[in-house]
Amino acid sequence: MNETTSEAINLTIDGVQVTVPKGMTVLQAAERAGIVVPHYCYHPGIPSRPAQCRMCLVEVEGQPKLQPSCVLSATDGMSILTQSDMAKEARRSVIEFLLLNHPIDCPICDAAGQCMLQDYAFETHQLESRSHEEKLVLGRDRIADDILYFADRCILCTRCVRFMRDVAGDEALLVAQRGHKAYIDTFPGKDLENEFRGNIVDVCPVGALVHVDFLFKARSWDMDSAPSICPGCSNGCNIDIAVKENQIVRVKPRYNADVNGFWMCDYGRKHLVMANRGSRVDLPLIRRDGELEAVHWGEALEWLSTNLPEGSSGSAVVSAHDSTESLAAVRALLGRIGIDGGGFRLSRGDEAELTGFPQLKLRAERAPNAAGAELFGFSETKALPEVSPGDILVVVGDRLEDAPADYGSRAGFFLYIGSHLSDAVRNATAILPATTFAEMEGTFVSHEGRVQRFHQALVPPGVARPTWMILRRLLALGSGESGMLEVREAFAVAASESGELAGLSWDEVGLKGVNPGGSSAPAAKLG
Amino acid sequence: MGYPHSHELEVVTILSRHFGDPKARDLQTWLSYGGYEGLKQALGMEPGEITTVVKDSGLRGRGGAGFPTGLKWTFMPQEQKGPHYLCCNADESEPGAFKDREILRWVPHLLIEGCLIAARAIRAEHIYIYVRGEYFPFTNILNDAVVEAYEAGYIGANILGSGWNCDLTVHIGAGAYIAGEETGLMSSLTGGRAEPTIKPPFPAQSGVFGSPTTVNNVETLAAVPMIVVNGSDWYRQWGTEKSPGTKLWCCSGHLERPGNYELALGVSLKDVIYEVCGGAPGGKKIKAVIPGGSSTAMLTPDELDVPTTYEGLQEAGSSLGTASPIVLNEDVNIVRAMRRIADFYAHESCGQCVQCREGTSWVAQILKRIEVGDGRLSDLDTLYDLCEQLTGRTICVLADSVVFPLRSSLDKFRGEYEALIGGRA
Repeated sequence: MNETTSEAINLTIDGVQVTVPKGMTVLQAAERAGIVVPHYCYHPGIPSRPAQCRMCLVEVEGQPKLQPSCVLSATDGMSILTQSDMAKEARRSVIEFLLLNHPIDCPICDAAGQCMLQDYAFETHQLESRSHEEKLVLGRDRIADDILYFADRCILCTRCVRFMRDVAGDEALLVAQRGHKAYIDTFPGKDLENEFRGNIVDVCPVGALVHVDFLFKARSWDMDSAPSICPGCSNGCNIDIAVKENQIVRVKPRYNADVNGFWMCDYGRKHLVMANRGSRVDLPLIRRDGELEAVHWGEALEWLSTNLPEGSSGSAVVSAHDSTESLAAVRALLGRIGIDGGGFRLSRGDEAELTGFPQLKLRAERAPNAAGAELFGFSETKALPEVSPGDILVVVGDRLEDAPADYGSRAGFFLYIGSHLSDAVRNATAILPATTFAEMEGTFVSHEGRVQRFHQALVPPGVARPTWMILRRLLALGSGESGMLEVREAFAVAASESGELAGLSWDEVGLKGVNPGGSSAPAAKLG
Repeated sequence: MGYPHSHELEVVTILSRHFGDPKARDLQTWLSYGGYEGLKQALGMEPGEITTVVKDSGLRGRGGAGFPTGLKWTFMPQEQKGPHYLCCNADESEPGAFKDREILRWVPHLLIEGCLIAARAIRAEHIYIYVRGEYFPFTNILNDAVVEAYEAGYIGANILGSGWNCDLTVHIGAGAYIAGEETGLMSSLTGGRAEPTIKPPFPAQSGVFGSPTTVNNVETLAAVPMIVVNGSDWYRQWGTEKSPGTKLWCCSGHLERPGNYELALGVSLKDVIYEVCGGAPGGKKIKAVIPGGSSTAMLTPDELDVPTTYEGLQEAGSSLGTASPIVLNEDVNIVRAMRRIADFYAHESCGQCVQCREGTSWVAQILKRIEVGDGRLSDLDTLYDLCEQLTGRTICVLADSVVFPLRSSLDKFRGEYEALIGGRA
């Protein structure tokens, strides 16, 4: 809405001198000065600014009326007061009005603790109501298959309506009725089916829109959160994984101006909550006398070092879900054994683009690190390799869930490193328990070659370890080195082995990622 | 000076000359009455000249705000980069007002002519007349006139051979008070909810379909043809320096002779109520007058001797508004009347701004509680405080509209509130 230019504007906000580019609003200028002007309807990712919540009203010195700072352009010499008596009183009254018909059901509300209405109500210290009237009850509605709408909690900021219209390009929501009876609804006979609808829950500043998958699952203060990268496709959306009792309970987009803005798709959200499922490998297993036997890590690695054949023919299967560091370590292991090439299978699906933010697209390739696998000489294959009797078979990360139950049973040596057990996996000569991406730190390389870091969200089961950690130790055995690396060192080794990423450091990648091949400018400023 | 006393009120009929004459709706008759003379003259004038005449006449917007019409037209871009639009606001929704209705009903061609002249002045290529949904029968009359005018070449391509093109569309609203607010009107006209939008951008910068737009009231536009024909000085023979011309009055409530009257601006409001309308029927006393439609401050009978000009009523602490006095006699319970007004505004709030959405209905709820005898004295403090919270904080002035009558009723009729409350704290 407001185009910023290079011309500088000097203004004062609460006595703080601020210099901002021309075209910025007062609210954005205040943000620069570290002053948060409370607001509901304004959202930096939604272009339209109706200025209707009246929460961001500020006093402009010399003007009798309060002005909405979300649409007020910053001009030279302006003096803004966000904490004057008049501004504070206006905010207090907005909160009082909002609470008039609000059920104040914070004890059972999913948003409690992360609610802007709750926060500002406490901030304005309104413990008693002057209202003697009965509250208006509007009830609740299933606004989409997986989203509930609590009309009584709704403050009608219309962020959801405007997200759908302005960003998703799908005018699926509307304000029905008017005045104090107004509520959010879908058009008659039409359902909210957009692939990006989950974002309306994220933009809701209160608990009016609630995801059914998260309903009553956790209180905000019971959750931990880790910055991560969505593994649903190769777009590399930045996310936050919310965890309660070592279970992923919610996934929310994390702002990255170059990748996904404030948004993510619903496929990504649902995909990750599934990561809690499946039968895990949690101990190293080696086959002795025809039987798989659980051993501790030291023994497993020593045994492998002794028994892993070298120089015979074989094939390798890796996964585009593994981290770049792990894929590099697999390449090093294959080099030791003498296996060239190697492939990964990729599932594909329909694409979906967020029209208001086209960089964000649910990509056809439904894996986060195909580009990373390609950096280390792996290529996409349609089918699992044929295994001739006596061959070496190395499978890393691919769960083999769809493979025939006897797959790999005729191999001379079948090494499996992965997180989950399946019928074919049980044919392996050695099974090493690896972590999923959520249980480790590492990097993915997105479809455009952007390297992005993810943090550990979950505690791994048993003694599962990241693949790169297992393999770097295995490869160091007998060399006199310990092979014990930190993830930043593992990344540095991987980067130097890859060519394309050479010289790139862990710190440089940071939380927002970098694109060493691209000419992408530093992350754009908010708004 | 007590009533009754004799008073000669000059009767002027500029707009209302043909009220009550069904033949005036017919184009041929209308032409014989001198219709479309103003358009013919305007076609020979530059847009700037038309604007200057209207500016000099001092004509002020008759929709309630009283903004100088000619000045408003000068806000339109002088250089035309894309389409310009004229919207005629016929969403007459203020309780008490029924003047635009009469213009639509009796002299539709006068309105069409006024629209065309204004469109020429602001270089508009399309006119939209936004009529409130409830005015269905009058819209039919207007539509018939539009069809006639199209067929006779007064609207459309190459109007009267001048080479100037201008189209006219009559749009029927769905009946929302707030569609009468200019930005709400434009938003409704272009397919959205009737929700006012924040200014800037002003309509003259970005209005209908994002193009420069002027919104004028029906009565304002209806006054334009005769100003163009007769000149600005002619129009200034009525009214005062700041409020020239004539005004259609919509007098309702407890009056001996309620109805529409066209009067020169500046006569005493007392004369309008007592001389023109004959005061309250049945020998009853008048308790209060809401002079400009329900959104203006109430006046007591001893406050009525004020000149009916925009500035005169402002000095009296109220507003001329749409010149639609609602008269309440001594039997009226002010709290109940006020509650009814508040109900209206609560019902008509579009629901965007928090203060208006929640505040207007809270006011109505408190008043209802007082009315049924469950009030307490602290409610009056709350109401006064709400008057503060609802003033000047919102996108449009709907919330302010409930404050004007509310505050004046609390100030002037506090006794009635207290009587219903009966001393409960």
